Amino acid sequence: MPDDLHRLPFERPIYERETHLTELERQHTDAPTEALEEEIRKLRVEVTRRKREVFETLDPADLVKVSRHPNRPQTLDYIELIFDEFVELHGDRSFGDDRAILTGFAKLDDRQVMFIGQQKGRNMKERTEYNYGCAHPEGYKKALVRMEMAAKFGLPIICFIDTPGAYPGVGAEERGQAYHIALNLREMSQIKTPIVCVVIGEGGSGGALGIGIGDHIAVLQHAYYSVISPEGCAGILWKNSSFADQAARALKFTSKDLLRFGVVDEIVPEPLGGAHRDHRQMANFLKGSLNSALRKLCAIPLDRLVDRRYDKFRKIGMFEESAVAEAS
Amino acid sequence: MSSAQKPEVESWTGQTRRKRGVPEGLWLRCDGCQATVFRKEVDKLLGVCPECGYHFYISARQRIQQLLDEDSFEEWYADLRPLDPLGFKDKKSYPDRLRDEQKKTGMTEACLVGRGYMRGRPLVFGVTDSAFIMGSMGSVVGEKLTRAIEQATETKLPLVVVSASGGGARMHEGIFSLMQMGKTCAALARFHAAGGLFISVLTNPTMGGVAASFASLGDVVFAEPKALIGFAGPRVVQATVKSELPEGFQTSEFMMEHGFVDRIVSRSELRTEIARVIDYCVK
Ligand SMILES: [Zn+2]
Repeated sequence: MPDDLHRLPFERPIYERETHLTELERQHTDAPTEALEEEIRKLRVEVTRRKREVFETLDPADLVKVSRHPNRPQTLDYIELIFDEFVELHGDRSFGDDRAILTGFAKLDDRQVMFIGQQKGRNMKERTEYNYGCAHPEGYKKALVRMEMAAKFGLPIICFIDTPGAYPGVGAEERGQAYHIALNLREMSQIKTPIVCVVIGEGGSGGALGIGIGDHIAVLQHAYYSVISPEGCAGILWKNSSFADQAARALKFTSKDLLRFGVVDEIVPEPLGGAHRDHRQMANFLKGSLNSALRKLCAIPLDRLVDRRYDKFRKIGMFEESAVAEAS
Repeated sequence: MSSAQKPEVESWTGQTRRKRGVPEGLWLRCDGCQATVFRKEVDKLLGVCPECGYHFYISARQRIQQLLDEDSFEEWYADLRPLDPLGFKDKKSYPDRLRDEQKKTGMTEACLVGRGYMRGRPLVFGVTDSAFIMGSMGSVVGEKLTRAIEQATETKLPLVVVSASGGGARMHEGIFSLMQMGKTCAALARFHAAGGLFISVLTNPTMGGVAASFASLGDVVFAEPKALIGFAGPRVVQATVKSELPEGFQTSEFMMEHGFVDRIVSRSELRTEIARVIDYCVK
């Protein structure tokens, strides 16, 4: 169980009951009674009910906290739990090894795939190593080199998205952050192999989209995918980042919103209480989703697949148009 | 607000003034050199300071007048109008903001596309206007540009897009705006594969989601002098790196030095330079 620091305020009532439950179970082991057993049974139901209540109606501002939870499974956890093998390939053929985006061969059951995933890191040391999941241009370049290779050798691609955004630094700008994201958007739309993208935590803006063009886009239940971080949006539109909670609600970036808008194809359910409560179960859900998406996509002829990908992004947008012009 | 007390001299420095579009008056204050310059002189130079060469804001309509042959522009999809898909509200509701911006600029959205001629050469032309919600890209901007790119692909015409978009992907339309980046780039992929020529002209400012999508993907990328061009805003970068930014950071010149702009072209030369590239690439 996570230490107290990692408990989110709205999780407290759940943890309190769970602590109580553990205590009762201990008592029951020491000296079993029927009354105790009944109490335990009731409390278990209560804990489940609480979790459901809290997590099914998460406020978008709280959802952001869940998506950034330090114990939430990250790319490297999933590599361990979902794939039988990961052969990391580090090179971007240009500048250097961007640790915020990891790429390489992976085995998903019997299927060989090209894996691309953003890694944030959990503690200070890891976060420094992976730069908080904020990629530089070379990260996007590395991803593109791998994707082109995947197409050449007929490997489907899996992209895991988990980033607050592309890195806003001097070197990143000097080396063409904007260009390299743009290039990935253009090239990914034409890559001749199936691409499955999953937002596993934070889907932060262009930095997320830079590895986010694919045939099947999934989002984890408590992940978010947004044009801008709530803090960034609040800073610009409210002139004060302390309005981040308001911005989180205004941006409509929850998994349900994304599905309703037709931006994602699937919501991958999380274990009750959030992915951070049960990595293994989360990994199982996700593995099931990946397998069924790939099974479907690998059956589609490549030319049709690429056309289908085009149409998928082509139709996104909400606007008004008078009937007169429709006819012209 | 000292310039407000001297109504005969208009300043271009204040954000609020710039947002209202071209200020009226006989004199202008230059953002580049702070000199007070005669407006007629600036107009004659297509909106460039006679003292220092600073490029003032010009509207999308002015851009069309300057670049395309007289009356040759046939606007497309002018009836596309923005909606409010999120029910977005910050200090103002998005529909109110749109109405205010439309009134202020006389445009329905931040982008115009269509077909025109440049010194007799037919082309598909798009332009964004930084006065309309910072020239940001929402569904309408993304859709107009995508249709324009598709038309250019179909008709085998060269494509020229002049960007003036400090706002990047428009926050008020949330994820829809982000996806317009993917949509425009996918259309450019088909255009590129079909052998189409895309000339991207970056003007002050071209940032965020616009820089990180269609604007960076020209076969040839021009930039007007001293424009602000980049992914993250300079203030965000400053706050992240917590040290002084390099001299001239994110200017056109900086971007050319680092390999992402091909030529710095002053406004008076744009027509000539674009036409020349077309002659090299389109037979
Ligand atoms: Zn000047």
